[in-house]
Amino acid sequence: MAVQVTKEIDARGSFCPGPMMELIRVIRSAQIGDVIAVLSTDQGSKKDIPKWVDKAKQEFIGVEELEGYDRIVVKKIK
Amino acid sequence: MSDNSNRMSMVVFNGTIDKLYPVAIMASGAVMNDMRVDIFLTFWGLMAFRKGEPYKVTQVSKDYAELGPEMMRVMQEKNVAPWYDTLLQAIELGDVHIYACAMTADLFGLSKDDFESVIEDIIGVGEFIDMAQKAGTTLFI
Repeated sequence: MAVQVTKEIDARGSFCPGPMMELIRVIRSAQIGDVIAVLSTDQGSKKDIPKWVDKAKQEFIGVEELEGYDRIVVKKIK
Repeated sequence: MSDNSNRMSMVVFNGTIDKLYPVAIMASGAVMNDMRVDIFLTFWGLMAFRKGEPYKVTQVSKDYAELGPEMMRVMQEKNVAPWYDTLLQAIELGDVHIYACAMTADLFGLSKDDFESVIEDIIGVGEFIDMAQKAGTTLFI
C-alpha cells in the first residue's frame, strides 16, 4: 500500500475485541488526515474493522494479508 | 416509539469467569457499534464486583467444571487479556453503565463502598427494566 501511515498499532497476539478497541482508542486521539495501520492476528478484525469504519464514517483504506497476520489500514477523515 | 436499536442492556447473574468474559466482550461489541450499554449485576454476578474481587475470579461454571483448568491454561498460555481489563476498556471508550441490584445488595448487607468503583449506583429492578425497555437488545448472562 502506497499510503503514508501515521501510526501503526501492533495488536498481534491480542484477541477479539482487543485490536478493534485499540484502533478506536487511537483514532479518537488522532488528527484528521492521519492514517492508522493495525496489525492483527485475530480473525475477527479484518471484518469487524471495515464495519466499524463504515459506521463511524471514517475511511477504509484496505487489508493486507501478510504472513500469519493482517495489516488493516484506516484513515481518520472526521 | 423512539428508536431503541442503539441501546443494549444486560442482566449479569453469573459470577464465574466463563460468563464474565462474554459480559466484557459483548459490552465491547456494543461500544464498537456506538451503543449505550446498561449492565445490571445481580447475585453471583454482583459478587464478582466486590472490591478486589474481579481479578480473583478463576472458577468456571459447574456445567464446564472439568474443562476449567484446561481453559485457564490455554488462556494463560495465549496471554488473553483479563476479562476485567476488557470491561474497563469498554467503559473508558464507550457509554457503558454498571449498576448493582438492590435486592442482592440488601440480602448480603452490601453497600456502594463494598463494590468496585465502576458500579455507578445500586438500583431496583423497576429502574433496570425501564432501561431494558428502552434497549433493543437485552442479554441475560
